[in-house]
Amino acid sequence: MLTTEIVVIGGGPAGMNSALAAASQGAEVTLLDRNWELGGQLVKQTHKFFGSENQFAGERGIDIAEILSERVHDNSRITVRKNSSVLGIYHDGVLTFEQDDKYKKLTSRQTVVATGAAEKFLSFTNNDLPGVYGAGAVQTLMNQQGVLPGKNVLIIGAGNIGLIVAYQLLQAGVSVEAIIEALPEIGGYEVHRDKIKRMGVPILTSHSIKKAYGEERVEGAIIGEIDSSWSFIDGTKKDFKADVICLAVGLSPLIDLLHPLGLEISYVPNLGGLAPKRDEYLETTISGYFVAGDCAGVEEASSAMMEGNIAGLSAANSIGYKKSFQEKFRNNRDELRKLREGETAKEVRAGLGEVRL
Amino acid sequence: MTEEKTEIERSLTDDLLPSVERRKEGPYALCECHQRIPCNPCLTSCPTGAVSLDSINDTPEVDFDKCAGCKQCVSACPGLACFVIDETYSTDSALVTIPYEFLPLPEEGETVNGLDRKGNFVKEVTVKNIDSFSDNGKTKVITVIVPQEAVHQIRNIEIREENHG
Repeated sequence: MLTTEIVVIGGGPAGMNSALAAASQGAEVTLLDRNWELGGQLVKQTHKFFGSENQFAGERGIDIAEILSERVHDNSRITVRKNSSVLGIYHDGVLTFEQDDKYKKLTSRQTVVATGAAEKFLSFTNNDLPGVYGAGAVQTLMNQQGVLPGKNVLIIGAGNIGLIVAYQLLQAGVSVEAIIEALPEIGGYEVHRDKIKRMGVPILTSHSIKKAYGEERVEGAIIGEIDSSWSFIDGTKKDFKADVICLAVGLSPLIDLLHPLGLEISYVPNLGGLAPKRDEYLETTISGYFVAGDCAGVEEASSAMMEGNIAGLSAANSIGYKKSFQEKFRNNRDELRKLREGETAKEVRAGLGEVRL
Repeated sequence: MTEEKTEIERSLTDDLLPSVERRKEGPYALCECHQRIPCNPCLTSCPTGAVSLDSINDTPEVDFDKCAGCKQCVSACPGLACFVIDETYSTDSALVTIPYEFLPLPEEGETVNGLDRKGNFVKEVTVKNIDSFSDNGKTKVITVIVPQEAVHQIRNIEIREENHG
């Protein structure tokens, strides 16, 4: 049986910041991540991030991943275990995981869950044809592995992810036929939208995909305009030739690891789905279990980093590492509040109101 | 299309553009950032303190008496929404400086297609120079010579394939 003071599950922006914050207070931390490198989704983000200097504004996601991962690896209080998939957390506090084909057990005094989010899928005819991808898979192939997903892409969803992936595809020399969005308005940031528009990519709002078609793989899609009750309007059918259909239709928090412990959750569409209830220190209804980042409610990487700090500091505080805790906690909480003050975070603010204890 | 153009022109005149006198004095920055999002590198990158934001969610305001048109914000803005305009280049032509993150890069003196905010072709324009500042030079800052009348229309470029066979 392995032991640690604080275990952090997930090595994305929230998890790495949690580990660093807890270690900076003096705690011994084990960071588990299922991938072969730390960074979570940051390792696929080639665009520059928003926020302020505290969240590395102006740096590219890929560079932020490198900076944070170096700090984590250089920190003697943090043990990093990569290629480690957590399998379960049990009532007696034992956590099991698989690392390099070996089944291992770990106990900790505090746990921070920073497992991120999962992509949502969309139902339409032939959505199982090869060539239908989630936006994350397109990014993994293209930005991590250097493999183009195809030549002509139709993107479904004009939130920030759809807009960003469109831009990255254009940079890779792939033709983006169109971005379609079911809502009457584009959900992503206007500046991301404007970048795409300047490249001449059409963005069709109030449009949805009816079906994909193709013999062996995707050859095109039939799309159409939808009304306010989400029904297709007759006579608006359009045929787009494409070998890739990229779905960017939202994310939902990945909190499954904590379900068996019986934590209180709530279905909050504004946060992406089932979200855990938590107090202002990000502790859930199960004492000693904290959440941070997208698994606590889908937001931006900048807020994930701030939440990571809060959860890490709070977990360390609970076991006696109290060095200027209140002051550090307040600084991070205030910074996070500022990030969420804008009009683009309106839904997030409403959603958080439903899960705060 | 006409409606949108009018909207952009209106917002340019009302909120963004400096006074007619200032426009005749030399280069100035235009932050085409109209939505309140949490972001501030335009402010932190500005060496003359010309950009102000009351809170991180505010849209930037440029003090044109302080702005030197140095192009740092063009390189720093994560939204690629800052441009530098110099209407004093010559009687017929002006300079537009844009952020550019595509390969291959054009060369100085090369003819490229000038595109508007919707990616439509406006006019052939000439690349005057290519700078790189922060960010390890990944975001190139390209200045093109454009006709005076297209100075508030051209916001992107596209290389011509015949120049990069």
